[in-house]
Amino acid sequence: MKITFPHMGTTYIPVKMMLDELEVEVVLPPKSNKKTLELGTKYSPEGICVPFKIITGNIIEGIEQGADTVFMLTGCGPCRFGIFHALQNEIIRDMGYEVEFITADRFSNYQGLKEFVDQLKEASSSNHYIKILKTIRKGLKLLNEVDVLHDLGNKIRPKEINKGEVDYLFSHYENEIRKSYGYIEMMEITKSYQEKIKNVSINKSRDCLKVGIVGEIYTIIENYINFNIERKLGNMGVEVIRTTSATEFVREQLDFIPFIRSEKKKIYQAASLYLDIPIGGHAINTIGNIIRGVHNEYDGFVHLLPFTCMPEIVALSILPTIEKEQNVPIMSLVLDEMTGEAGYMTRLEAFVDLIQRRRELKNEGKSFSWY
Amino acid sequence: MSKIGLPRGLLYYEFAPLWTTFFEALGAEVVVSPKTNKKILDDGTRYCVDDACIPVKVFHGHVLNLKNKVDTLFIPRIMGIHQKEYICPKFCGLPEMIKYSINDLPKMINTKIDYTKKDQSKRTMNQIASYITTNKKTIQKAYQMANQSYTEYKKNQKELLISNNHNIMIMGHPYIIYDDFLNMSIKKKLKKAGLYPVTYDIFDESILNKYALGYHGKIFWLFFRKMIGACLYLIDHKLVDGVIYLSSFGCGIDSVVAETVERNIRRNSQIPFMLITIDEHSGEAGFNTRLEAFIDMLKWRNKDENYLSPYGDYVYSR
Ligand code: SF4
Ligand code: SF4
Repeated sequence: MKITFPHMGTTYIPVKMMLDELEVEVVLPPKSNKKTLELGTKYSPEGICVPFKIITGNIIEGIEQGADTVFMLTGCGPCRFGIFHALQNEIIRDMGYEVEFITADRFSNYQGLKEFVDQLKEASSSNHYIKILKTIRKGLKLLNEVDVLHDLGNKIRPKEINKGEVDYLFSHYENEIRKSYGYIEMMEITKSYQEKIKNVSINKSRDCLKVGIVGEIYTIIENYINFNIERKLGNMGVEVIRTTSATEFVREQLDFIPFIRSEKKKIYQAASLYLDIPIGGHAINTIGNIIRGVHNEYDGFVHLLPFTCMPEIVALSILPTIEKEQNVPIMSLVLDEMTGEAGYMTRLEAFVDLIQRRRELKNEGKSFSWY
Repeated sequence: MSKIGLPRGLLYYEFAPLWTTFFEALGAEVVVSPKTNKKILDDGTRYCVDDACIPVKVFHGHVLNLKNKVDTLFIPRIMGIHQKEYICPKFCGLPEMIKYSINDLPKMINTKIDYTKKDQSKRTMNQIASYITTNKKTIQKAYQMANQSYTEYKKNQKELLISNNHNIMIMGHPYIIYDDFLNMSIKKKLKKAGLYPVTYDIFDESILNKYALGYHGKIFWLFFRKMIGACLYLIDHKLVDGVIYLSSFGCGIDSVVAETVERNIRRNSQIPFMLITIDEHSGEAGFNTRLEAFIDMLKWRNKDENYLSPYGDYVYSR
């Protein structure tokens, strides 16, 4: 069995590690790129959200490189994500490939978790439950460390003295990770890069603008589709706070287990002023994280969403009111396969200029109404 | 007497008799917005967020039409009406979409309708009724009457099935296939051509469920279940001469369902299939041209022994 799975930012690192540990052969598709998107777009329904298209592209590329099994996460309640795999299965079948789909159903209760473990057991029959459970724990640990590394990068990047140093380290990190195998090695590399990033020389006194990234989780985490927004903003001297991460996503799914804690309650609480019930996807997180960010004095927010994303369109209709009432700039960027990088950059730069001016006026003691 | 406004959009098309009977039996006056027209669509488009689908925009238009005519608007928050089954995130967030897009609204009844865990219809109806009366007896009676009229309405839909061999199945959300403005009176046009339009509502729920179970993926959307059920049933029984899927541009559900239905029909049957996507800019002329071409193809196909694919990319004979 040769297993492939789609990308979402750096989540491939813990997933590959887990499969390594369970001695399943992995075919890692290339990182999402232009060709992935083209391929995915070609075989996907036109009107579907762009995450579906890229993921389909990943799967096809994985199969082209010899995978005979596809591992897909499902779940996510009322939104499309949960049905991705069924349609992708049909698409792949109609293309003439014969591959098996293994899915991890939403594991928001013990039953779901057990099914997931059973699936893994099916994939690697020689493994015992205990080993699988241990591996899952390792996966969560590594996932967390990878996210810690990522967030460190976002903090250091705007302050670095030698421009481009953080980005340079990250590209080396991923190169090394791709060549590594198993938990111990991957963990070591990840930790060592955390140290390297911490040791990047920075201008401590620099007072950076703070921008929160909110919105649909895939577009936040997959930096190919968001044109590397964190790097772009970071290199403009902005401290970027990614309000969600793969770790937080997994925690939110698993927080029925007593020792796992997520921010869910706090986020929902913060959102309740405008939306007091989860409506699917991450709409409520978008709202809640903006309010939390306002309390932490972020200078502005970038709201990322795929074209036709149902839950985020609900959020979109609430945002103008929040901008006005909370007096904070929010810029929504709707992403799809046609989004051009140039126009995107122009909007981003204009946004940073705006919040910069706002900050200066504020420092001079003048108020600046966003409206 | 309070005046309750029911916007003629979205699930009004499914629940009209239930809601109307209920409110009237409670002693309220029910005002329903007129059938969708150009103004309603334009108004809705102006007020609603750009990225929304056309049915949600039209719904905004209906709310605008009603807002100065009634003292209460009924815009429930519909999470799901069957167990373990959702409809669309926009239904869950509909009260917010309206509230934050339109100013100076009258009072709203935004009761949560959530039967995804268990059937709460009684409790829910009580909650809704409490806006109008607290009289338990009246509520109880209204509840019964409402259910009865809904059951009857559903039964009448079933009787519409006439067995002739010129049936065309129209698929799509009820608020498109029953809104003659949005679907550009497709049914009238088909009838004029001597064809008989039907919808999946003519099938018993139990049939749809049974066939939907045969689908390989887990289904947790109401319309996915209905349409894939109908599709697989049609493939099995060949009850219709063609399928026309009317999808809404920007609809997240349709993008999946239409594709799944099309792939299954094309892979496993010879039923001609056509997908028409509707948005606020689609002109009637283009729509008619496509419809006529489809009808011509059906007629030609019925005459001839050789069956030709509607897409012309492959030809097969029987
Ligand atoms: S939340 Fe948005 S992007 Fe994610 S599956 Fe749903 S529609 Fe697609
Ligand atoms: S199901 Fe589709 S058409 Fe209906 S509200 Fe949702 S996105 Fe719009």
